Amino acid sequence: MAELSNQLMALTVLAYLTAMVCYAGEYAFGKRSHIGRAASRQLVGAGASVPDEVPVAEPAAGKGELVGRVAVVLNLIGLALHLATTATRGIAAERMPWGNMYEYILSATLVGAAVWTGVLLRKPAVRHLGLFVSLILVVLLGAAALVAYTPVGPLVPALNSYWFVFHVSTIIISSGIFLLGAVPAAMFLIKDGWDAGRRGFPYTLGRRVGDAGSLERLTFRLHAFAFPLFTFGALIAGPLWAEASWGRYWGWDPKEVWAFISWIVYAAYLHARATPSVKRTTATWIAIIGFVTMLMNLFGVNLFFEGLHSYA
Amino acid sequence: MTVVEDRPATADAPPPKRANPVWALLRNSWRQLTSMRTALILLFLLAVAAVPGSIFPQRGVNRENVSEYFTEHPKLAPVLDRFFAFDVYSSPWFAAIYLLLFTSLIGCVVPRLRDHFRALTTVPPDAPKRLDRLPHHVDGGRRPEEPAAAAAEIAKLLRRGRFRTRVRETADGWTVAAEKGFLKETGNLLFHFAMLAVLVGVGFGQWYGWHANRLLIAGEDQGFCNAVTQHDESVLGPRVDASDLPNFCLWMTDFSSTFQDNGIPKSFRANVQVNEDGGAYRQTSFSVNDPLRLDGANINLIGQGYAPVLRYTDRFGATQEKVVAFLPTDNMLTSEGVVQFPDVNIDPATNTRDPKLQMGFEGVFLPTGGADGSAKSKYPAEDNPVLYLAAYRGDLGLDSGKPGSVYALNRRQIQDGDLKKVSGERPYALRPGEKWTLDDGTTLEFVGTRRFATISIRHDPTQFLMLIGAVLGLAGLMLSLAVHRRRVWFRVVPAEGGSAIEAGGLPRTDYSGFGDEFAALTRHIKEGTP
Repeated sequence: MAELSNQLMALTVLAYLTAMVCYAGEYAFGKRSHIGRAASRQLVGAGASVPDEVPVAEPAAGKGELVGRVAVVLNLIGLALHLATTATRGIAAERMPWGNMYEYILSATLVGAAVWTGVLLRKPAVRHLGLFVSLILVVLLGAAALVAYTPVGPLVPALNSYWFVFHVSTIIISSGIFLLGAVPAAMFLIKDGWDAGRRGFPYTLGRRVGDAGSLERLTFRLHAFAFPLFTFGALIAGPLWAEASWGRYWGWDPKEVWAFISWIVYAAYLHARATPSVKRTTATWIAIIGFVTMLMNLFGVNLFFEGLHSYA
Repeated sequence: MTVVEDRPATADAPPPKRANPVWALLRNSWRQLTSMRTALILLFLLAVAAVPGSIFPQRGVNRENVSEYFTEHPKLAPVLDRFFAFDVYSSPWFAAIYLLLFTSLIGCVVPRLRDHFRALTTVPPDAPKRLDRLPHHVDGGRRPEEPAAAAAEIAKLLRRGRFRTRVRETADGWTVAAEKGFLKETGNLLFHFAMLAVLVGVGFGQWYGWHANRLLIAGEDQGFCNAVTQHDESVLGPRVDASDLPNFCLWMTDFSSTFQDNGIPKSFRANVQVNEDGGAYRQTSFSVNDPLRLDGANINLIGQGYAPVLRYTDRFGATQEKVVAFLPTDNMLTSEGVVQFPDVNIDPATNTRDPKLQMGFEGVFLPTGGADGSAKSKYPAEDNPVLYLAAYRGDLGLDSGKPGSVYALNRRQIQDGDLKKVSGERPYALRPGEKWTLDDGTTLEFVGTRRFATISIRHDPTQFLMLIGAVLGLAGLMLSLAVHRRRVWFRVVPAEGGSAIEAGGLPRTDYSGFGDEFAALTRHIKEGTP
């Protein structure tokens, strides 16, 4: 079962990688106008197989459109494989697959990918973000497999607690959504720069991206959803468990320090977003800084610092 | 965190009086401090200020790592220490940031609390003259009733939707003003006041709390009672006196542990006898994640290891037995330690102690020694326990009065030649029950091992209140993010066959779902149309 999980992992990365190539293909060949107009109808057609909906695609849009649809299908296959990887891993270990850094990244990216797919199916117009989402998925999963791989095993006694489920699941879900939220945030900044007339490298990516305002709203909604969840996971369930396990609810362990930093930065984002005098670009930059602190907590703290959260 | 609105003075208002400059400076500083921009900067500073605490070892987290840092960086460490790099979270500059932040917070939320009370008791304002100028507007159709009755009916429907409503009669008809979503601000204020409560809770917890560590070897002779003198290390809050500590005694009957084949631990449990307030001893146990909760103190299992029992028989035939904890140095519980016998080789005839004949043994204990004789344990359980020791004779240097480590011999004494190694180049291997005869005919017997547990004893009087504060804060946070404040107005004017209705809506906060809600609401009200 453990080996099956490892093989599925390789297939997952492969599926996301080909999805990324297809998204990139659509990005390069597709015409923004066609995607915008036809994507919603196309996707309904692809999902529900309503025959009279399909021919809406004009022949000119064919190539890019087709590649884009293939990308979505590959993305769905990748998600299914990703789920299977995580599930077989859990079955192999006979517990929730959240016991070490490898499993943690596997689960957090699964949540991110699932939320992304949900958003994609409800709002097909966001498909152009797929390139960046799949890029992040491939990079994180690749890093998990190469840097953080740990053989299957039962939990160390310190993790053997029912708080494990509450603390780790909420942290995984919220980090997954925070990580995903960084994609519309970055695209908003790029699109905003493009709209302002900038034509340098990252801004050229904004040519085919959708409306800046809706990207910004999506950013806010993802963050506003993840923030209370993160608050519960990191600042309520975490301290409750720490009190039972280590005798104190808060001890400035490196992981705790960086969770505190991320929380402060995301709180600053929500405040900046709610203040009319602060520009939306400034607010979104704060969300990007939050993303960096989350990455630091995910990788940096485990690799650079020694602390009580070092189980991997 | 207040949004300051600058309203220009009206033209016919008298010129503003010149304020006292000191007062003006104070007022402006206060406004600056409580502005959103300052709050954001302070939040950022707090986040940045927390970073060094994860880079440098912290005294409050791990004292040993700090002293290690001092030995590794003898020049840099004292400089860093002057800037509180090893006490970041209790440093004046960290405190300055969060105190300013919380002052800014108080300056923001207290006036907002006042405003919110005012808003809760104020009726919704009357409809603007032109509803079609509002972001959401709909011509609501007709209703068969007279305008007054129609307005009352609309107000009833809105109240059922938990809107606050006010019906007003105007020159040409009736208006219904309705507002909803006050829970947003209530939740927001609740969140911020809960944060203040948590900060105060942390402060009181540090004043009135205390904590201590103790290494507890199994056996009734190794038990202890809760007192500062019997702790290995204890930290009492400024408002706690040593005599305030709860009265209990504890000894460990046994310690059980299981491991996976690769040496990763599976389970630990410490079985103990405990009495409280001088009562009878009772059997209980605790484990990782399952602390022993006594009245006024919680006991957590932090670490574990082996304590070899050694019996030394001196040249006069007198025997001494010691149990000494060896500290684990790796996951396989390779443990280092020292056993010292200062009061041996005392001549019974003269009853004097020869300071040159004190004995010290230093080495490692391996719960599972390998066949290759390496000084690394292969497995954390006792499958093939072996003790590798080197023997030293001479002055142990314990009488100098200087505090030394109890886990290593005094290096200075060895360097000065006052303490000499009397065993061979390679350490001597001892298995349980084996006896080692030294060059002077004295013997050291490895009797066996006992287990030890390191425990943390802690009391934090405010932690339950902190939990309540955090839960209330989370509830407030969710309300403030999920609820939206919005106003709707209906204008009802007489028309043929009843009354004509026009509706307008205004979301007071960024709320993308308002369009749908407004459409559903107006459709619902229109359903009364024939």
